[in-house]
Amino acid sequence: MDTILPILAGAIFATGIYMLLRQSLILTIIGIILISNSVNLALFSLGRISTENPPLIAAGSVMPEAPFANPLPQALILTAIVIGFGLLAFALALAYRSYKELGTVNQDELLEDPEDTSSAIVTHTENNENRDS
Amino acid sequence: MLIVIGLIFVTALLAPWIFKLFREKTGWILALLPLGSFLYLLSFMPEIAAGGTITQSTTWVSMEFFEVNLAFYLDGLSLMFGLIITGIGTFIVLYGAGYLSGNEYLPRFYLAILLFMGSMLGVVLADNLISIFVFWELTSFTSYLLIGFNHEQEASRKAALQALLVTGIGGLALLGGMVLMGFASGQWEVSALLNEGDIIREHPHYLAILLLVLGGAFTKSAQFPFHFWLPGAMAAPTPVSAYLHSATMVKAGVYLLARLHPVLGFTDTWMILVGGFGVVTLLISAWLSLSFTDLKQILAYSTVMALGTMMMLIGLGTELAMQGLAVYILSHAMYKGALFMVAGGIDHEAGTRDVLKLGGLRKLMPISAVAAALAALSMAGIPPLFGFIAKEIVYEAALEATLLPVLFITLAVVANIAIVAASAIVVIRPFFGKQVETPKKAHETPPSMWIGPIILAVLSVVFGVLPFLVDKSLIVPVAGSVWGEPLDFYLSLWHGFNMPLMLSLLTLAGGLLTYRIWDGLRESAPMKGYQMVFARFPVNVYDGLVNGMLGLAGWQTRILQNGLMSNYLVTIMVTALVAIGYTFLTQSGIIWNPDFSNVHVYDWALSITIVGSLGIMLAFGNSRLTIIVAAGIIGYGLSLIYLMHGAADLAMTQVLVETLTVILVVLVLIHVPKIKEVRSGVSRTRDGVIAISAGLMMTLLILAVTAVPFDAFISEYYAEASYPLAHGRNIVNVILVDFRALDTMGEVVVVAIAGLAVYALIKMTRPGSSKENKS
Repeated sequence: MDTILPILAGAIFATGIYMLLRQSLILTIIGIILISNSVNLALFSLGRISTENPPLIAAGSVMPEAPFANPLPQALILTAIVIGFGLLAFALALAYRSYKELGTVNQDELLEDPEDTSSAIVTHTENNENRDS
Repeated sequence: MLIVIGLIFVTALLAPWIFKLFREKTGWILALLPLGSFLYLLSFMPEIAAGGTITQSTTWVSMEFFEVNLAFYLDGLSLMFGLIITGIGTFIVLYGAGYLSGNEYLPRFYLAILLFMGSMLGVVLADNLISIFVFWELTSFTSYLLIGFNHEQEASRKAALQALLVTGIGGLALLGGMVLMGFASGQWEVSALLNEGDIIREHPHYLAILLLVLGGAFTKSAQFPFHFWLPGAMAAPTPVSAYLHSATMVKAGVYLLARLHPVLGFTDTWMILVGGFGVVTLLISAWLSLSFTDLKQILAYSTVMALGTMMMLIGLGTELAMQGLAVYILSHAMYKGALFMVAGGIDHEAGTRDVLKLGGLRKLMPISAVAAALAALSMAGIPPLFGFIAKEIVYEAALEATLLPVLFITLAVVANIAIVAASAIVVIRPFFGKQVETPKKAHETPPSMWIGPIILAVLSVVFGVLPFLVDKSLIVPVAGSVWGEPLDFYLSLWHGFNMPLMLSLLTLAGGLLTYRIWDGLRESAPMKGYQMVFARFPVNVYDGLVNGMLGLAGWQTRILQNGLMSNYLVTIMVTALVAIGYTFLTQSGIIWNPDFSNVHVYDWALSITIVGSLGIMLAFGNSRLTIIVAAGIIGYGLSLIYLMHGAADLAMTQVLVETLTVILVVLVLIHVPKIKEVRSGVSRTRDGVIAISAGLMMTLLILAVTAVPFDAFISEYYAEASYPLAHGRNIVNVILVDFRALDTMGEVVVVAIAGLAVYALIKMTRPGSSKENKS
């Protein structure tokens, strides 16, 4: 499996990036899910895949019986999955709320609302320009 | 010496409260501080005059490569600067009390001027290169505060910023030069560096060190083409101009080059650069002073001329030039300090500084008139004043220059002619002639404002008539410090009928003639053009650079932060791809053995399923249901991969999270409209190229890392320690809840905050935004 995992991670990552660049915020979020998955898979590969035995210590012994899977990437990925889920939930809620407030889930249309905060960036730059001229 | 500087800083910070206690008397009380410091420094004079030096050192920062000591070094040069700073500082504190009397920001003035005084003393007394730099920057910073004292006026703020930018950029260059110098010689103390001149001069970095140090010194001391900030800084209140922009801070560059002359000097490059810039500056600025009618502008340009003269002397680098430098610095500090204070007094009492609107003030302001007259005579170099001695030695040094003496002496005489005329203008126009109506009814300044000028002016006479008072005790040690070895000479007023005296007479005659035709000269077209080219144009260049920088910043912000998320993403991705791709190209170490023997049938099946789901997702991108199902399949597929390779915990978590994810996405998708993609084919192609490159990069990264031999040190530690230390049999769980428990707690907090944010986003409404619900 270690031979094809890098390709698999790359394929998922590529699809994730493509989805991230779509107009619809929903597809953007799908992109985030895919990217997290791909990165987790990459971490898993980096810890080397050699065995099917989980890193568990049998009753009565103090060391796991070799060979056992590398526990370190597993701990990292476990954390990443949970945090990734938190991010996803937040992003979804944000998309939902921005639809409620602005009536669109299209990235490109977010700018067009005059009350939208991201357009404040543009005005801010203009102010900077005028300051010392 | 640390105590003196520390005391000044502490008093500065307490000054606003001291002001609350003593109100109008604060100036007289605070003046005791520089006076005390002056006397303290004066007590070292016998020891310095006898050829001694004093070092005091306290370790501050100690590091492997270098140490920064709060070390202080007192020799002739630093003693004279210290005396000027504290001596004139005493008068300035008094003067400021009178000049700014009634100004609501007077406490702020005391604070800033004392902070400046402490910093400036630090520059001249510090022994360590890094501490000199720190104090140097502090003078720039406090100077910014003082120039911008009238912060309600835009002109003040602009002038303050201009001075800060010009000297600040120079300061950065200086830091570079000092660090190079420290590493080249291994010495960070100036006192030790003074013996390492040969090492530095022969070091391959000599030219770089020299240019960087000169960059710092020339900007600080307003040498052409950086001279423009000094006249601009006249926006400051006059006590500040008199102190910072005439007597002390602008001489920091001169001090630095004089200090480092034994280390960096004695080369042709030094002589050409320092002498060349000095002589150009003195010539240009001397005649510029005649193109203005504002007293402070005239004095400012004559100060730039004096700084140019000092630079020229340092550049000439002969014994005689060192003598001239020592005398010139002292005489200039005295007469220019006095003249600035008188100019401020006229402004304060008569309401204008324009010499065309002033006249006949000598009857109304007799003490100021005497002070101004004596100081101006000294500036013009007329015997028996101290300025005469200074000018004679300057001429003598120029005549004996080792390179192009004719050029140096000609330019010096031409410039001094203008200075004689300027001296006449600043004293004759306001004080003599017909009395004219002034905006305010003029009368003599309060004692706090005339005591400084009159003492300085009288000293100019005393030192001129009795030069032995200062020569052996101060001037000789100063010249020795700059020369690098002790010198022995004496000063006298009368040198006999020699070349310098003839040139002095010529200068005087030329100056008086120039004064007579000044009104016509000032208004003539060549003078206007001259002013345009050398006074206005540099400011325009500076403004252009600053506006250009702001424009560039605005432009790149508009390009990079245009508010379109897809643009941000593309920028980030392309930057990452280029950076990582470049690294791959320059150091490729990827090994990929396509060994499929250990790939099982179920591995193939799983991989094909996942890749197939990706394909379906891309092909049916507009169908919400298809996409969710495909994403779900990929997630569950991943959990199977984990399960089959010894990661049961991961598999369980992934199944759980994937299930929740699908549910959440479905819940949201119910409420939002169908997916519509209306992007053009071009942008799809662009995104496709980026995506494929990114995927490729990911694959190559994994291959590159796995090509490196695996070091299982940390993993093995956890496996071995898990049961004995934490009594847990599931190593992954032990890592999470025991070894890295704090991290896990942080993670739990993050998830909790995300949960709160989700709740807020869904449930809460902004007050006042109850516009129509579009769901």
